[in-house]
Formats: sequence, C-alpha cells, structure tokens
Amino acid sequence: MTDPDLPSDVAAPRHPAAPVTALAAALSDGDWHRLHPASPLLKGGIALIAIIGVVISNLRERLIEMFIPDADYTGGDPIDLIVQSGFVGWALLAVLGVLLVLVGIFYVSWRMHTFRITNEVVEVRSGVVFRTNRKARLDRIQGINIVRPFFARLFGAAKLEVNQAGQDANVKLEYLSSAAADALRREILRLASGTRATSAATATQAGAPTGVIDRRMGEFLAPELDPDAAPPASVVKLGVGRLLGSIVLSGASVFIVIAGVAVILSSIWADAALIGLFALIPGIIGVVGFYAQRFLKSLRYSIAGTPDGVRVGFGLLSTSNETLPPGRIHSVKVSQPLLWRPFDWWEVKVNRASHSSTNGAAGQQNTTILPVGNLDDVRRVLELVLPDFLDQEAIALAGRGLTGRGTGTDGYTVSPPRAAVLRWFSWRRNGFAVAPAAVLLRKGAIWRELIIVPHPRVQSVSMAQGPILRRLRLASVHVHTVAGPISAQLGAIDAAAATEFFTWAADAAVRASSADTSHRWRAAEPVVAVDAHGQAIVPPATSAVDPFAQPLPPVVPVGAPATPGDPA
Amino acid sequence: MTTRLDLPGITWRRVSPKFLITEFLGLAVTAIVLAGATAPLYLVGWDLAPWATSSAVGFVLLFAAFTPRRVRAIGYQLREDDLVFRRGILFQRFVAVPYGRMQLVDINRGPLSRWLGLSELKFVTAAASTGVTIPGLVAADADELRDRLVELAESRRAGL
Repeated sequence: MTDPDLPSDVAAPRHPAAPVTALAAALSDGDWHRLHPASPLLKGGIALIAIIGVVISNLRERLIEMFIPDADYTGGDPIDLIVQSGFVGWALLAVLGVLLVLVGIFYVSWRMHTFRITNEVVEVRSGVVFRTNRKARLDRIQGINIVRPFFARLFGAAKLEVNQAGQDANVKLEYLSSAAADALRREILRLASGTRATSAATATQAGAPTGVIDRRMGEFLAPELDPDAAPPASVVKLGVGRLLGSIVLSGASVFIVIAGVAVILSSIWADAALIGLFALIPGIIGVVGFYAQRFLKSLRYSIAGTPDGVRVGFGLLSTSNETLPPGRIHSVKVSQPLLWRPFDWWEVKVNRASHSSTNGAAGQQNTTILPVGNLDDVRRVLELVLPDFLDQEAIALAGRGLTGRGTGTDGYTVSPPRAAVLRWFSWRRNGFAVAPAAVLLRKGAIWRELIIVPHPRVQSVSMAQGPILRRLRLASVHVHTVAGPISAQLGAIDAAAATEFFTWAADAAVRASSADTSHRWRAAEPVVAVDAHGQAIVPPATSAVDPFAQPLPPVVPVGAPATPGDPA
Repeated sequence: MTTRLDLPGITWRRVSPKFLITEFLGLAVTAIVLAGATAPLYLVGWDLAPWATSSAVGFVLLFAAFTPRRVRAIGYQLREDDLVFRRGILFQRFVAVPYGRMQLVDINRGPLSRWLGLSELKFVTAAASTGVTIPGLVAADADELRDRLVELAESRRAGL
C-alpha cells in the first residue's frame, strides 16, 4: 500500500545479483508489504491439481486420440455432449466467468494479506470478510522455520513461519519468494537478537547465476539459500545406509513384523490363505509408503550452528529449514532404542515452547533434532543445542551419562542398592548429576537415556514420595519444563539425596533465570566490527552463552553419598 | 523405620482450618452419591446389597478420617526468590517455583467456599506439570498473596 512496486520485487528480483540485505532492509522497514503474488494459487495448489485431474480424467480418451490418431475413440465425453447440445458459447462463457471470479478473489485476498516487521514486532493482517490481525513480539520468538513444499518450490516460493510459544501461535508468511524468505529470516533474527550492529550490506556475490532458469535451478538444488550468513556446514553427516538401517530397526518395524506374522499365522490356522493375502496387500502398500515417507523426509538432513542459533534442515522434495535461537531449547533427551544398540546409534529429542505445524525429520514431530547418529554426532549436536554447556567437563559428564555403567565415581549420584527392587537392571545407572549450567538425569540400562535440562529453562522443581518409596527410604524428583516429548523425571533415588537435589536445583533455577538474557541473545555483545569491505565480522556462536554472573552454589558431592541437611 | 521427606529450615504457612468443612461436605456428597449408586442392587433384590452400600460409605469414612491430617499437611511459604508448596501425607509432594516463572495467578471460589469465605489460589507456569494449587485460603489472604506474587514476579521477570 505504501509502495505498490515492491511486491513484484519480492516475487522475482529484477536484478538477481543485487545484495540480499537490500531486499531484507526493504522488507523490514516497518511498512506494510505484500506476499508473493502467486500465494493464493500456491495455497490452493492441491485443490487446483485435483480440479485439473478431474478434467483430464474426463477427457482422457479425447487426449489420447489427439496424440495417437488410430486409438479407438468413440466419443461420449462432456465436450461431445456440449457440442451436440449446441451450448459451446455458454460453456465458454461459464468457464470465463468462473476464471474471472477466481482471479478476482485471489487478487483481493492477496491485496488484503499484508505484513510488516518493525524493531519490536512482526505483524500480519489478512482476510476480506473476516479480518485477522496477528502481532508477535520479536524477543519472544521461539524459532523461525522456512518450509518449501514441493509444489511451491517449483515456483521458487517458500513459506516463512515465525514460531511463538503456545498452541497455534505461529505467524505464517505464506508465500514469499525464496530469496525474500531467507533475507527476511536473517533480518528478523538480527532484530530479535538485540544486537546493536546494523546489517552491513554484503558485497555482491561474484558469479551469481543470471537468468531465471539458472537461478531457479540454483535455488532448487541448494539446500540452504543463505550463502553469506554463517557457513552452515552440517556437523553431522547422515548417510543413506544409516538412515535406512535406523528406520528399518525402529520400534514401528517390530510392530509391523509382529502384526504381519500374526496375520499370516492366523490365516494359515483359519485355513483361509486367500483372505489373509487380501488383508496383507493393502498393509504392505501402507508400510512401504510409511517407510518411503520417513526416508524421503530425512534425506539431506543437516544441522549447523549460526550466530543466531541452531539450524536444522532436511527433506528431498519438500524441504524444511528451521533456526532455533539460543535459549529456546528447554530440555534435551538422548536415547537409544534397543535394536540400535549393536550399531551404537542414538537419537536426540528436544522440548520446545512452540508447536510448528510442519513435521520434522523422519516424518516425526519436529522435536526430533537428530534422527540417528553415533556418539560423536551426539556430542557435536549437544555442543550446538546447549552452547552454555560447552566446557569439556560437562561434555564428558554427558558422555558418561550415555554409556556409563555406573561405577559410583563417574559424577552421578545413583540409586542405592536397596532401589534394585524397583530398578532391577538400571539401579546402578539410575541417577543425577549437576553441571554448572544444567541438570543431567541418567536412566535405564536396557533402553538407555540421558535427559539434560539447562538451569535457565527450569520452570519449577518437585520432589515426591509415595508409600512404597517411603518404605525403601527413596524419593523421586521431577524438573518441570514446557510440555514436549521429554519428561525430566527420575525415580527411586535416595531420599536425602533427593532433598539435596531439590534444594540445589531450585536455587540454581532462580539464579540462572535471573541472569538469563537469551530472549535478546546478542544484546550483551559489543558493537560488531565492520571490516574494510563493509562486511560485518560475525562473532562466533559461542558468544551467545547465557552469562552466569553469580557463581552457583557448590555442586553436589561427586560420587560420595549425599549428606542430608548439607546447606547447599 | 520410615523417614518422611521434609525441607530443612522452612516454617510452613498452613491453610485455614475452615477448609476442613468444605472437604467434609464434599466427602458427604460423595458418600451420598456412592450410596445412591448402589440403589439398583436393592431393586434387583441382591442379598449382598446392604454390604455394597456400607462398604462404599465405609470407604468414604476411612478417607474422611485422614482428611484432617491431609489438610494439615498442605503448606506453602514465600522464600526470597521462590514459592515452595507441599501437599499430601501418604503421597508427599514438594514443589519450588521461582517467582519469575509465573505466567498467571488464578483465584477460584466455589459456592461453598464463598459461603465460608475461602478461596483457592492457582499458580500457573509455562510447564503444565508444575501443579501448584493452594486450596482453603481465607479470601482476603488469597487476594493479598496474589498481589504479592504478581509484584514479586514483576520484579524478577524472566523469559520462558
């Protein structure tokens, strides 16, 4: 509305080599802007394909005859009917009318759908009859997701989703041109980070492809259209073999095999092989589809650190690329399904405050941040997602949390032997440890898992004891975080140790949350230096650590049995 | 020998004794409903129907016998930086919530509580499992506590 020229710029920059930041600056100047002109069409993409499909299937014989004149075409499709009844003119008029109305609706809805980005908020308003207006504060951003569905990707469009805490609280910009989405993400993150550096216009990229086709191809093939932001070289390589193996050896496979065997056995037993076969065939088709979906979704998985948080990308046909700023990960769980154990594979999940509408890698919830990886990969991912956890001691502690058998001197306060009644195999492993920046809970000997909760993200701490635990002088502790796949709960530990843990964790949570500045994660940084070419020297990701201004209380004695009443 | 969980160095603030009345009335209603649910057994003419009724009522009475202790076990205290809350005797639970984690405070009053001048205060954080609900506070105390908590949270505001 303020500048009618811009939308076409957003759709297809006329100067492909123009600096991306100029585009970002234009989009985030606080004025209202429009989305990609093809947005209504892309949003209704599936409906459109369905309509075209219906038309083609009605006319298929005529189409076949067009290309293969000898085909045995007998007529009788709707076009013949119209021609015979002499309604050609009316039919054309009707088609034209429908098209005009559609174009009109699309145009109006596109005109009324505008967004703006200021220093404080991102705001979207849309709708013709029912107007909606959504405003989200930048310092409350939980993540930014760029999704490129296959259909939209063909047109060089992308969907930008600004995730906020809560159900259905995301701000969606559907659709933007790919370049605009990338530029905008960087700009939103810069504004949200609270950094005092202005975005320096980057030098024109040499050798940027010219011509629409080349550019489209480049966009289509590039996993990450953000060449001048931090070099996001993935820290984890997810090979096809490992991916296939992890999917085949998942819990779902066990269930499928059991179900398949049950069907076959029961059909043999009931002497009705034919019925069994009929039951099995759709099942097999479904199973193959399920595996293919998970496989395609996880291909080209990448995870990398940028100055503005962790970036997770994946997908072969439809791609998704999400940035989680520092301090947006509320807890981390590293776990190992039983079948993965011989291969030393692990998966990493996180709890986060926002609920994205799109699924994550492997078709699972997007809380799975590493679908499968070995111990090295897990370590690198932990370093990325918990930058304030970085010191070697803490990483080593986490390592012992994964594979340690519980020797009593590995830094974890474990369950006493009397807990073996409740934790048959795992009582030696079942325990907690406290690092300066996080709480670690280690559980399970058969299904091994480790839960890490950073202190600044702890919402509250609880301790509980029922009659059975009381008899055994045991208690359970629970560190509460926002809802997600992880519940940071540890049962059957010594009652005195639990009390001490409770006191300590509650205190650490208070101190850490008052010292936490991750809502404006770069506000504390000095003004970013600018080099001779006007390019901002990007500080390393580690500067995004939550500062712990005050020293924390002493750590619970390592290995030694915790003494009750110790003023921690 | 059993040891109960306790937190050293905290003098717990207890809830109003009048809360017992609400609890007892609630249990009485439960007893009546349970007894009523056994009525069809008399209609079918089952011999053991009186036993069913009396065991249902007996169960409620057993529960009622523990109620005074259960109510006495509810406690809370405002420490310097967090709110601590305890509940239960058979199933004990202790929670500590930093003030800065408060998202909102609810005050609920049912008809019975209103008659007795009591309120229930609910402290809500971003974590659903926090579950801090302090029942049986004198209405004026609850309002005061709410204002105090909001003030404390305001001065220690933190993100999520």
